[in-house]
Amino acid sequence: MNRTWDELVTTALLGTTRRMPPVPPVRVRGGQDVASALLDAAAVETVRRRAGAVPAVARARPEPAPGDVRPPLPPAARRRLALLLADRGSTGGGRRGAAPDLTELLPQWLAAANRHGYQAPAALLPALLEAARARTDLRSEALVLGGPRARWLAGLNPQWKYALRAGPAAGPAAAGPADSRVWEEGLFAERAAYLTSLRRRDPAAARELLAGAWPTERAEDRLMFLDVLREGLSAADEPFLERTLSDRSRNVRATAAELLSALPGSALAARMAERARSCVSLDRTGGTGITGFGEGPRITVEAPHECDKDMQRDGVVVKPPSGRGERSWWLSQIVEAAPLAAWRERFGGRSPAGIVALPVTDGWQPELHAAWCRAAVRQRDAEWARALLGPASEPPAAEGTSWRDPAKLLSALPPEERAEWVAEFVSAHGLSDAFRLLGVCAVPWAEPLGRAIVDALDTARDAGGYPWSFSGVMGLAERCLDPAQADRLEVLTAQPQEPDGGPAAPGAAAAGAGAYWGEAFQRLVGTLRLRATMLAELSGPAGRPA
Amino acid sequence: MNPQGERWTAETVLALAPDAASRKAGSKLAVPGPWAGAGARPEGGGGAVWGECSGSGSTPYRTVVDLSGEGGPGFNCSCPSRKFPCKHALGLLLLWAAGEAAVPVAQDAPPGWAGQWLDRRRQRAERATAGPGAAAPATPADEEAARRRGERRAARISAGVTELEQRLTDLLRGGLAAAEGTGYGQWDETAARMVDAQAPGLASRVRELASLRGSGADRAGRLLEECALLHTLNQGWLRREELPDPLAATVRSRVGLTTDAAALLASGPPVRDHWLVLAQRDSDDGRLVTRRIWLHGRGSGRAALLLSYGAAGRTPELSLPVGLSVDADLVYYPAARPLRAVLGARHAPPVESPGPPPGGSVEAALSAYGEALRDDPWLEAWPVVLEDVIPVPPPAPAPSPSPEVNGWQLADAEGGSALAVDPRTRDSQGLWQLASISGGAPVTVFAEYGHGGAVPLATWGPELVAL
Repeated sequence: MNRTWDELVTTALLGTTRRMPPVPPVRVRGGQDVASALLDAAAVETVRRRAGAVPAVARARPEPAPGDVRPPLPPAARRRLALLLADRGSTGGGRRGAAPDLTELLPQWLAAANRHGYQAPAALLPALLEAARARTDLRSEALVLGGPRARWLAGLNPQWKYALRAGPAAGPAAAGPADSRVWEEGLFAERAAYLTSLRRRDPAAARELLAGAWPTERAEDRLMFLDVLREGLSAADEPFLERTLSDRSRNVRATAAELLSALPGSALAARMAERARSCVSLDRTGGTGITGFGEGPRITVEAPHECDKDMQRDGVVVKPPSGRGERSWWLSQIVEAAPLAAWRERFGGRSPAGIVALPVTDGWQPELHAAWCRAAVRQRDAEWARALLGPASEPPAAEGTSWRDPAKLLSALPPEERAEWVAEFVSAHGLSDAFRLLGVCAVPWAEPLGRAIVDALDTARDAGGYPWSFSGVMGLAERCLDPAQADRLEVLTAQPQEPDGGPAAPGAAAAGAGAYWGEAFQRLVGTLRLRATMLAELSGPAGRPA
Repeated sequence: MNPQGERWTAETVLALAPDAASRKAGSKLAVPGPWAGAGARPEGGGGAVWGECSGSGSTPYRTVVDLSGEGGPGFNCSCPSRKFPCKHALGLLLLWAAGEAAVPVAQDAPPGWAGQWLDRRRQRAERATAGPGAAAPATPADEEAARRRGERRAARISAGVTELEQRLTDLLRGGLAAAEGTGYGQWDETAARMVDAQAPGLASRVRELASLRGSGADRAGRLLEECALLHTLNQGWLRREELPDPLAATVRSRVGLTTDAAALLASGPPVRDHWLVLAQRDSDDGRLVTRRIWLHGRGSGRAALLLSYGAAGRTPELSLPVGLSVDADLVYYPAARPLRAVLGARHAPPVESPGPPPGGSVEAALSAYGEALRDDPWLEAWPVVLEDVIPVPPPAPAPSPSPEVNGWQLADAEGGSALAVDPRTRDSQGLWQLASISGGAPVTVFAEYGHGGAVPLATWGPELVAL
């Protein structure tokens, strides 16, 4: 690129004893060493090259990012987001200490900001995309907040490719003809994302699109695509699903059957109801000599003797898991897939509670009730879920021994009712079995749930427990309690007085636990106040448009 | 600092934070919970904020901030943190900035522990204002001794320089290729000799040479460049008496002779201006934390660079709010191309700045560095404001594996010119931030541009964003 310089470098590499430097530029002054003269010339050349550098040739500039009409965050909320993102990963496993754990607050901050319809500040997009790359639970909210510019930026950095797969449902980006090309030519993940977003916008169009491509798709892809229909499932999907029951792949057939059974009006549901009726019946005769049931009607069960072709086509799996009898296995699948509404008629107009209360003969009760539980969850039937849950004050069964899964059943109840049930449960049984139940309650926890949790924590402290025994519930409480509870909790942050009234005896075990509880409650209160502040910041006056 | 007696904004407080971790930690403490006995004294009577923060220890930390110091706010805290200001001071200030309730204006004097520190600080400041005259006047004997010390050091440096020259010419005689196999040992030894010769500037250049040797494709060329410039510096030192004064000053400071900041402030002509704080960056070489603060004079249009040092792991004391403008005196260190300066009196609290300084094109940045080189051939980079440039990320898929290129460019919005971004720019998060703010549209970028490429330091979107 520069002959003079190249020659100087060559001479320098070989050494002036082996090669005479080029003249010009090297001029040896009187009495000067040749090597020194070479350095003189090289210095001149170096400065000349640096001072005379020409611009690089610009590569293609990126396409301008699409616009975003959403309002910018209020300044305080913007600073908050920067802090929440900066905190990423810095808090290690240890949760002790009185300071709030910011990382755990990021998901709800993002959700709240999206409810306001803000756009993310451009300067924070890289940090946001990085955070969501590491934590998949942040992705959908982060990408909604990031909007079209986040997608644009992700297109420039291969590390953020995941953001492109999420499809146009995240954010108000336009869906154009480019999208249907994705369906025809894209990678599987891109196509699935496209189908998902289309399903959200236009369920029927998504079904048509899938049905059109169905015969040419591979079995495992068909299974995943079919799963997409789970969202926005309606009676209109029935014909397609019914056809899919004859699919070549067994897994696809099973999924289609499961989807159909979630449609209580479907033909499959009617067939299942018919099968269930033939297996489960009401015995009104009573007093047939079976001890323990007393007099009155009871449920008798006659499990199917065979699993015929039609049953198999409707998704009943022939081979039971090891350790289960095949007849009870078939029965449970039939009951699970049968519409719950059919039982009322079968049992003489009884309500779900009445049916659940009926005795079941021959030890079929756990099997039958477990199947009803799964049906209640699948069909989102609140009345049945309520009946099967029973009163919250009943003592919880040990893990794994019961046919009931309260957490799952709760998910079929309306949110307020869930909170009430769990509140009653916690008041009756304390916190030790509450963690999974709390997980299905809506955030922030509605009353009386919040109050019950605070009381239970207070009780646990008075009983001399250590706060880390409750760290799971504590962590949930920090994230889920209504911030309005902070004032009520404030009194709990004080360390309890020693009973003697005198100076606290140092070294006493209870005093040690008291300090830890004080700290744990301090963090709880601190986190609640921080959440209240965060929400207030988001409602603040909007920032300047970026 | 604030004659109206207003509380600062959260931005002003956060801008004082030494790093992101401190900002975060400080913000966590900006809640009433841990604070007790917090109070503030209004600005008029020497503004101050104080409070006690209970942490994990048994005794709370006592934190006090002097808001009205001549050289900027002063902080004191009983915590063991080596950050300055520490998270407690930041948390307390944020809480105070948030409003009346949490940190009320105290009716009484501050508590003893806070009052004493504030008084001591005030007294110290008054002594300093009384000026050099207050110190014992230098006697002729003192001056004579200082002169002799200076001569002895110059002689030692000259001996070191001569030895280094010998080393360089030997190297060129035998050839760079032949020296290839000899490893780092010789350069390390030479660097140590330069430290002995009290020429730390030469020592660090020699160490740079050692790190160049093993890296890069055309390292022979780079090695020759650096050897040649080092040789020129040696020659400059040996003939410093013949050089014009400013160039001689540049040679002296590059060799490693320092100018005392206090003496400079006392003697040099101050440049008063509204200095926009463009960027602040810390670098840590394991022995020393160096903080660079870049300023732009609104009136003069001049650039300035403040340096502040902290021992390993400690945050340097000087901190200015990035993005704000400070009405203050600067005194430039004497140099052929003055850039480094020392901060003198501040005349008003920092204020919002109306926007980026005027900038230029890619060509203008290149010629600014070129012209600066005319005065100071050893200059690595020169601060430039680029107007209407578009950041261009590396082409996908992955850029060339060569470490010489990281692929980023700052391209003129119009025309085909671009600056390559310095491949040593490790922090790609900053570059992605720049790309995100730009959104593919032209932006103004403050950068250092030198022979290694451009290092973007700040942009405007529309407020200043440090990268």
